[in-house]
Amino acid sequence: MTAFFQGLGLPFEGAWLLSTIVGILVIALPLMLAVAMIIYVDRKIWAAMALRRGPNVVGPLGLLQSFADGLKVFLQETIVPSASNKALFLIAPIITFTVALMAWAVIPFGVGVMVSNINVGLLYILAISSLGVYGVILSGWASNSKYPFYSAIRASAQMISYEVSIGFILITVVLWAGSFNMSAIVESQKGYYGFVNGNFINPLLFPMAIMFLISALAETARAPFDLTEAESELVAGYQTEYSSMAFALFWLGEYANVILMCGLNAILFWGGYLPPFDWAPLYLVPGIIWLLLKMAFFFFVFSWVKATVPRYRYDQLMRLGWKIFLPTSLLFVFLVSGFLMLTRYS
Amino acid sequence: MIHVLAFYLFAILVVSSGALTILSRNPVHSVLWLILAFFNAAGLMILLGAEFIAMLLVIVYVGAVAVLFLFVVMMLDIDFAELRAGFVSYLPFGLLIAAVLLAEIVLGIGLWSVGPIELAQRAAPVNPELSNIQAIGGLLYTRYIFLFEAAGIVLLVAMIGAIVLTHRARGGVKGQNVAKQNRRRPQDAVRNINQPVGQGVEL
Repeated sequence: MTAFFQGLGLPFEGAWLLSTIVGILVIALPLMLAVAMIIYVDRKIWAAMALRRGPNVVGPLGLLQSFADGLKVFLQETIVPSASNKALFLIAPIITFTVALMAWAVIPFGVGVMVSNINVGLLYILAISSLGVYGVILSGWASNSKYPFYSAIRASAQMISYEVSIGFILITVVLWAGSFNMSAIVESQKGYYGFVNGNFINPLLFPMAIMFLISALAETARAPFDLTEAESELVAGYQTEYSSMAFALFWLGEYANVILMCGLNAILFWGGYLPPFDWAPLYLVPGIIWLLLKMAFFFFVFSWVKATVPRYRYDQLMRLGWKIFLPTSLLFVFLVSGFLMLTRYS
Repeated sequence: MIHVLAFYLFAILVVSSGALTILSRNPVHSVLWLILAFFNAAGLMILLGAEFIAMLLVIVYVGAVAVLFLFVVMMLDIDFAELRAGFVSYLPFGLLIAAVLLAEIVLGIGLWSVGPIELAQRAAPVNPELSNIQAIGGLLYTRYIFLFEAAGIVLLVAMIGAIVLTHRARGGVKGQNVAKQNRRRPQDAVRNINQPVGQGVEL
C-alpha cells in the first residue's frame, strides 16, 4: 500500500505513515463491528443451549441488540466514585481497550496481508497480551473498593500463571516453524502428509493445540475460568464501580481479546489463512474467508464451553496452570526440539 | 525524519518518566511511571534495530516483573510522612550511588568509543542476512554457551534459595486432596430419602 501512496507523489515516509494509518483503520473499524456482532452471537448461542430465545426484539432476529446496548451505555452518566483515584480510574479501561486493539497489527489475513510484517510477530503478541493485565489491576486498585480489588488480585495471578504455559506452547510452534514471523508460521503448516494444512495434525503439536485453547480461555478470563468476575462472589469483579462508556470499553476490549485468541488458535495450529486441505481448487477461496471461518468455529467453541462448563475453584485453576500445564508444555518443548534435532537439523 | 521524531519522543518520555518515578508522592504512581519508562526504552531499542531485546524488555519487565512489583506496592500500607523523614539522612548515600553509576557509564562509553576495543567491536559486524534472534542465539549457544548455562544455574540457585527461605510448613492448614476429590462419586455423597410430610430426617 506504501507504493500506492508513493505513486500519488508523496515522499516515502509520508506514504508509509499514511498507509499504516489506513491499514489500522481497515482493521480496527471492522473489528469493532465484529465485536458488536459477536456479543450478539455469544448471547444467541448461550440462549440456544439454555433453551431460551436470546435477544430477539431489536431489529430483525434481534440483530441490532448490541447497537441498542451501545447507544444506551453511551447516553448514561459516567460516575466516578469520590474515593477513587480519578486519573487511573479513567485510564484503566482505555488501557484495556487499546491493548486489545494493538495485537491485531501482526495478524496475517492472507499472504502478506497485515499491518506490520515484523520478524518478531509472535513475541510482539506475547508482549502485548501481557499488558492486558494492567487494565484490570489498575481498575481494581483505582476503584478503592474491596470487590474490584479482590478481582484484580485474582486476575493478575491468573494471567501471569497462564502466560508461562502459553509461552512454552508458543515455543513449540516457533521451533517447528523455525521463525517468529506470523506469515512464516502459517506457511510452515502447509501440506502435512501431502494434503492437510495445519499443525493440529502433527502428533507432537496436537496436545499443544488443545492446551492452547484451554489456556486461551484462562488468559481471556472466559468461563470456566471467569473467577475475576464471578458474580456470586465479587459482584461484577473489577468492573463493579464502572458505568457508561468506561464500562463499555472494558466490554469491547474483552471481546476483542476473545476474537484475537480465536484468531491465534486458528493461525498457530489450524493453518490460519490456508484452506484446510492442500488441494488446488480450495486456494481459489480468499485466505481471509478461511481465517474468518476458523475464527468463527473457535468462537463457537468458546461460547459452547461458557454454556456448558461450571466455574472452576481458584485452587483448581492454579493447580491446572502450574502443576499440569507448565510441566506438560515444558515436556513438549523437549520432545519437539529433540525430534527436530534428530530429523531436521542433524 | 520519522526516526528522529520517534527518537526524541521516546527519549524525552524515558527521561521524564524516569524523573517522575522518583518524584511522585504515591508509590503506585511511581511504579506506573517506571513501567512507562520501560515501555519507551523498548521503543528506543526498536529504533536501534534490536527488536528482539525490545520485545523481551516488554515481556519480562513490563509483563511480569513490574506486575508483581505493582502488586506488592499496592498491598503496602505506606506512611508518606515517614518516607519523607529519612530523605535528608539518606541523601549523601544516594548521591554516592548516583556518582558511581555515572562514572561507570562514562568510563564504559568512553572506552568503547575511543579505546582499542573499538576496532575489535567494529571488525566483527553482525551478518546483515541474519535476523536479530538468530544472531543472538548463534552467539549464546556457541561462543558463550558455558556462561549462558552458568547464568541459568545462578538463577536456579536463586529461585531455590528464595523458596527455601520463605517456605515454612505450617500446621493446621486445610489443603485440597485432588485425587480424593476426583474419586468421589455421587453415591458416596448423595442419599435419596422418601420422607413422610411433617417429620424430620434421621441422618
